[in-house]
Amino acid sequence: MTGSEAPPVITIRGLVNRFGEQTIHDGLDLDVYRGEILGVVGGSGTGKSVLMRSIIGLQQPQAGSITVFDQSMLDAEPGDPDLLAVQKRWGILFQNGALFSTLTVSENVQVPLREYYPDMPAHLREEIASYKILMTGLPDNAGPKYPSELSGGMKKRAGLARALALDPALLFLDEPTAGLDPIGAAAFDEQTRELQQTLGLTVFLITHDLDTLHAICDRVAVLADRKVIAVGTIEELLALDHPWIQEYFNGPRGRMLHGHAASAGKAPA
Amino acid sequence: MTQAADLIERDDATGRTVILSGNLSLAHLGDLPQRIDAIDSAASIDLAGIDHIDTIGAWIVHRLAARTQAQVVGANEDANRLLDVVARNDQAIDTRPQPLHPISRVLDQIGAATKLSGTTLIGMLGFLGATVISLGHLIRHPGSIRINAIVQRLEVVGVSALGIIGLMSFLVGIVIAQQGSVQLQQFGMEVLTVNLVGRLTFRELGVLMTAIMVAGRSGSAFAAQLGTMQLNEEVDAMRTIGVQPMEALVMPRILAAVIMMPLLGFYASIVAIIGGGFLCAVSLDIPPVTFVQRLREVVPITDLYVGLVKAPVFGLIIGISGCFQGLQVRGNAEEVGLRTTAAVVQAIFLVIVIDAIFAVFFTWIGWT
Repeated sequence: MTGSEAPPVITIRGLVNRFGEQTIHDGLDLDVYRGEILGVVGGSGTGKSVLMRSIIGLQQPQAGSITVFDQSMLDAEPGDPDLLAVQKRWGILFQNGALFSTLTVSENVQVPLREYYPDMPAHLREEIASYKILMTGLPDNAGPKYPSELSGGMKKRAGLARALALDPALLFLDEPTAGLDPIGAAAFDEQTRELQQTLGLTVFLITHDLDTLHAICDRVAVLADRKVIAVGTIEELLALDHPWIQEYFNGPRGRMLHGHAASAGKAPA
Repeated sequence: MTQAADLIERDDATGRTVILSGNLSLAHLGDLPQRIDAIDSAASIDLAGIDHIDTIGAWIVHRLAARTQAQVVGANEDANRLLDVVARNDQAIDTRPQPLHPISRVLDQIGAATKLSGTTLIGMLGFLGATVISLGHLIRHPGSIRINAIVQRLEVVGVSALGIIGLMSFLVGIVIAQQGSVQLQQFGMEVLTVNLVGRLTFRELGVLMTAIMVAGRSGSAFAAQLGTMQLNEEVDAMRTIGVQPMEALVMPRILAAVIMMPLLGFYASIVAIIGGGFLCAVSLDIPPVTFVQRLREVVPITDLYVGLVKAPVFGLIIGISGCFQGLQVRGNAEEVGLRTTAAVVQAIFLVIVIDAIFAVFFTWIGWT
């Protein structure tokens, strides 16, 4: 499969997640390679968000191993210097932005800088926050606003600016375009792609949005039956004979999309 | 392993050259930003020696170049791309809203507080009116009374509160008797402890403490429940289906509070008296039989009426502030917390105000 020549940034082997009787993941394997945008898709309740939470350490799995930047995430205690070193190198955009509601947008972006680099001069921190905010496409008056004054799309952009505050090498995006209008979503996709290329990011992206998959993902991982049933480019996935994958990409919405992409004379991914 | 970022300054005929080297990314910058800030002039910045750069490194270089009008030379493709990105986004952005002048800020706060009190008062009165209209409707159409909802609320507001209110009242009774007896002993009048406990609990404390507990337990729950429903657009959905939120949500809660408050208040008074009697028996050697006999002599029946008249009014206040504040929730989840707090504070405050008015009123009609 494509991208496998680069070293993996995230390696997951035999992941098992259970909530009571309910098994979410059972022996899940996945690799994310440096410099790619990996889209993660799956029906509702297949554990996309649980997978992300397991990787970033918010959910303790029952079994399996997860390594990020060659550091095992499962036996690290909170505050462990090895874990902190990994946390400095990733940025996470939660579904609704998860901005700190008592801080302004600019202060939100400065939180990671303040936390990890307390010796940084204040003016430099403010300058960094300024260009990060502009870089994510927010207007120049967004800095002193509180999260409650922002629209859904602006919250996501502000969340992205905070996720990018430390110039991470790895970015997690949880349904970044959900709830945005198609124009806003397309702009967000384009921005993500541009940032990924400029900054050389590795992106782990959970989405339901077929447009996003076609527009920016290098590879797509499909979650079903408590496992990753397939990983590959959209063409590779289309060649597989799995009913859910066929339904997903060849359903009315999917068909329209890659029909359109083919007629435009370019590959969909 | 890459080495930390470093800089060398070299002067020659064309001017000063700043030569940067090492890893120009955030984690490896060290004190480089401060050292760069200290450079006051440069003709060129040489990036040929760097082995990695991120946007923060690029920003520092960009700032130096912009400040000293230096040429950036030797930048590789990565560095050029990042320099380009940060240059495109070079604009200072405020961190906090512009602060107001102190005098205008004080005026602003006074104005906002006045406006808030006014709108809350008018809103509460309006809500009271809506409650009365809704009650009239229920009386005229008894079929639309939601018995199940009311019974369920009665259980939550009343039955489930019995344990905590009982414990609280028992302890309050003990404290009154104990504190009272210490003072009254100085005059050799410890037998008057019975008067103190009996009259105080029936007239005031039984109902007042219950009201505070119900406001904290149920008033807050009303506000939080209705606020969350408002946030989820459940209340709007109800309206579109033709269910009146006043009838389905608000009336059962207010009725439950109005019905349960006298019962809980009476129960609290009795338990407080048991607490007082317990202390009298244990530490003042007043046997329970004497205690009850004395109680019947000194506590007029009007004391019981005073408590029981006040209780439903307190219940109404608690129910109305809880439901009113809950339905005022707009926007975000933070609002639910604020409104819940407001509901409890408002309910307890109004209960105490009304209690004072009642005290004057009952003295005036001679129930002393």
